[in-house]
Amino acid sequence: MPADPSSPPAAPRFAARPSEVPSAGIALRLEGVVRRFGDVTALDHFTLRVARGEVVGLLGHNGAGKTTTVRLLAGLLAPDDGSVAVHGIDPLLDGSGVRQRLGVLPARPVVDDRLTGTQNLAFAGAVFGLPAALIAERAAELLATFGLTDRGDARVGGYSTGMRQRLSLARVLVSDPDVLLLDEPTAALDPVAARQVRRTLGSLAREAERTVVICTHDLAEAEALCDRVVVLAQGRTIAEGSPAELAGAHGSGGLHLEVSGDSTERAMALVRDPAVAGELGVERPAVEVVEPGRLRVRGVARDAVPILIRMLLEAGVELFEVRRETPTLEEVYLALHGEVPDEEERA
Amino acid sequence: MRWSRIRAVVRRDLTVALGSKAVVLPALIVPLVLLVVLPAGVGLAPRFVDAASFGDIEQVLAALPASVIAGLPSDPLLQAAVVTVTYLLSPLVLLVPVMLATVIAADGIAGEQERRTLEGVLLTPLTDRELAVAKLLAAWVPAVVLGVAGAALYAVTANLTVGTQLGEPLLPTVEFAVLVLWVGPTITAAALGAVSLISVRSKTTQEAFQLGGLVILPVVALIIGQATGALLLSVWLLAVAGLVAAALAVGLVTAAARALARPRLGPRLG
Repeated sequence: MPADPSSPPAAPRFAARPSEVPSAGIALRLEGVVRRFGDVTALDHFTLRVARGEVVGLLGHNGAGKTTTVRLLAGLLAPDDGSVAVHGIDPLLDGSGVRQRLGVLPARPVVDDRLTGTQNLAFAGAVFGLPAALIAERAAELLATFGLTDRGDARVGGYSTGMRQRLSLARVLVSDPDVLLLDEPTAALDPVAARQVRRTLGSLAREAERTVVICTHDLAEAEALCDRVVVLAQGRTIAEGSPAELAGAHGSGGLHLEVSGDSTERAMALVRDPAVAGELGVERPAVEVVEPGRLRVRGVARDAVPILIRMLLEAGVELFEVRRETPTLEEVYLALHGEVPDEEERA
Repeated sequence: MRWSRIRAVVRRDLTVALGSKAVVLPALIVPLVLLVVLPAGVGLAPRFVDAASFGDIEQVLAALPASVIAGLPSDPLLQAAVVTVTYLLSPLVLLVPVMLATVIAADGIAGEQERRTLEGVLLTPLTDRELAVAKLLAAWVPAVVLGVAGAALYAVTANLTVGTQLGEPLLPTVEFAVLVLWVGPTITAAALGAVSLISVRSKTTQEAFQLGGLVILPVVALIIGQATGALLLSVWLLAVAGLVAAALAVGLVTAAARALARPRLGPRLG
């Protein structure tokens, strides 16, 4: 039976993390990594440290270096300079040991079309050294989790793109890895399936204290799942922090003012007054009337909001509500890349 | 090396190969035609055609040792059938394992890159050595097993058609056994090494098939040499041919194993 998309999906019940693994400490480390492909520098002195149990999002355009980062961590590529370690082990020295602890979902589904869904999962389990009985148990559980139970014995060649992606994710989880590297995990999924996968990933990350790195273009996904976000551009980190920290540091945001209808013009004039702008410490705040009695002001820093409120009240503006809007990660991302969403996009 | 991982890859590769008509059809049709239909036709021919239909086998007869010629039947038609089945066609048993190894290796290496499933294999705990051993065994073992089975089928066909007319079995001779059990596996290993090297560099399975097809040329040369009497395959000659193939196999398989490793495959993933 396929999983009911409306019901919250249950995460597979795998073993708890070994108690001897401390929750603190660094699980993944890239130090000053340089990786070139011919004339193209995919990573340029890139440094990333991910703590055990942390969920980190790698954001960036195509070619920013996200996939290269994943392949370096898995030992598929060697850095031209710098060092890479997974749980303190260099993947080039003990690649097998590193990959035994990793679950890597590549950007493209890697399940084999000529095998059935169950056979694909059985291969993954066998090559990770799991006993046959455990493989069968986990395969059944994962097929159910991803709504593929009734297609488990069908060849993957007949699956839709979304089903392949879900099976790929199930394949990654068969070995119950304690580090997940997920390259665009919901890229090929429809919105319902993507939401289901996000919920499952969230549960997996939290319940078992897995270390997770998610490469994504989907900023809402990063915002929902990640403790920390690293924004990459041309192989370098251009911003890093929690979604809230990034919003505070890089987002301009906006200020919604609700005033009496009679006060609208007075409030507009005051905000546009160059002397007031000087008091607020900005060159000229942008102000617009959303509707009579409702104004939206941009360009006012968080610290200047109390000053603006005082000046509005002193000017006799009847002020009912002041609300600061939090910029979305998308706005932060666009701002970091020198693009500002227009009003239509914002709406 | 963990053999459980190698077994998992071999089992998977064979299941995947059996799911492709491009692999299964040649694996069924070629042995059937070369090792059953052809010797059966030759073996039954003395009952239905005249001696001229066999063409000129004088060169072969001239190259045969006197002891062998003395043992040939006096009937020219039956004599021609015995010589054809025992000497001229028998090197065909080498074609089957070489062709099968080519097809399976091209599908398992170039095909895996083309289907974009290689990355999924590289991301498992398999070491580079385990990966290479698994990929090579997945092609070599079934090719050799089916090659020996095909040779047995060839011998049975020859005995049922020509042997029944002689009143005694024709095959296996010592030369035939050496050909099947020594030259076959070694030449298959050499061919597999060459095809694996080609497949790693090929973008598509078709490209690997086409370039890999060149590995049957040494086998064809052996067949022509035998047919013209220029290179009669004695036990000693076969033993030496097997040694040469084994030496080639060591070099080519070692090179293939180096190519089937992450430092070479990783940057090609795209």
